Amino acid sequence: MDFTIDFTKEQIESIEDVLQQELIDLGVQSVILMDLAGNVIVNLDNGHANHDVFSLAALAAGNYGAVSAMANIIGEQEFSLLFHKGEKESIHFSKVVEDLLLLTIFNRDVSLGFLRLKVAEAIKRIQTLI
Amino acid sequence: MALINPKKREVQVKIVYYGPGRGGKTTNLEYINRKFKKRILNEMVTVKTYGDRTLFFDFLPFDIGEIKGHSIKIQLYTVPGQVKYNATRRLVLRGVDGIVFVADSMDLRREMNIRSLQNLKENLEAFSKNIFNIPLVMQYNKRDLADEGIPILSEETLQKDLNSRLNAPYFPASAIRGDNVAATMKKIIALTVSSLRKKLQ
Ligand SMILES: Nc1nc2c(ncn2[C@@H]2O[C@H](COP(=O)(O)OP(=O)(O)O)[C@@H](O)[C@H]2O)c(=O)[nH]1
Ligand SMILES: [Mg+2]
Repeated sequence: MDFTIDFTKEQIESIEDVLQQELIDLGVQSVILMDLAGNVIVNLDNGHANHDVFSLAALAAGNYGAVSAMANIIGEQEFSLLFHKGEKESIHFSKVVEDLLLLTIFNRDVSLGFLRLKVAEAIKRIQTLI
Repeated sequence: MALINPKKREVQVKIVYYGPGRGGKTTNLEYINRKFKKRILNEMVTVKTYGDRTLFFDFLPFDIGEIKGHSIKIQLYTVPGQVKYNATRRLVLRGVDGIVFVADSMDLRREMNIRSLQNLKENLEAFSKNIFNIPLVMQYNKRDLADEGIPILSEETLQKDLNSRLNAPYFPASAIRGDNVAATMKKIIALTVSSLRKKLQ
């Protein structure tokens, strides 16, 4: 069996700190750092979310893969923004590094522009930790 | 690429049910979902097209308890078997740790089994994986059809067609009745997890 990404306990704790400060403390419902196999690496929420994160990650990995394949067909490397807007809750996806995705679930209290800014900052900080 | 979380002491293992369309992959997971309800915390997820066929995959998370102080989360997936869905099949194989190949015992499906196994080899190669090095279990499904007088392939034929070089453990099964569904699953989990033990200190 090959293990492509191994995280230490310290790395996971540092990543959790970043996600807490940059996203959860600003009103985001829940965040999932996951790989493209559908594994959940880190999951944090604001205490009110009760999502089935393993199913979400499995579907998000499939969805991301499908959208990337569509991008390739029309000659794009990838689509930079993946965003699904609901009436109350929305989901935002962002690539962290090759094979790693950050999934953010937020409600109407958080604007998309602000969220994108915060996600970008969180990703920058996470990249220095892995 | 089983994922180990040293903080939560949790391991996620990905097992994929592969095989020709209509061979019984989804039926395997549906049976497991009913039979092991207590260990399955969340609903089974299926992405279907109209007509009830698997479009993308089925997904069933399954807890098997602890090994060396780590809780083991098994993630069972199926792929869509239809030939035209190869791109999605390949996505589901990403990061696979163990495979169950569900072959259809019906006489008429002989070629489709062989082609699907060949397709599995090629798709694994796309991820630089070798079918000879990955935990694999063969399941010869729909043995019950013999009772209805429908012609089925003998176990010897299936072994010769699919497993003569791979030499994987195999089970005759009936997913619809539940015969050997649990045995197949236990075998692939045992094979996959045994390669994990060394890694967990
Ligand atoms: N007779 C019989 N039919 C089965 C068995 N397993 C599955 N089927 C039937 O075969 C069809 C396809 O099964 P499905 O699980 O959807 O196949 P998949 O495409 O591999 O996911 C369905 O109508 C099932 O009820 C079996 O063991 N015996
Ligand atoms: Mg199916």
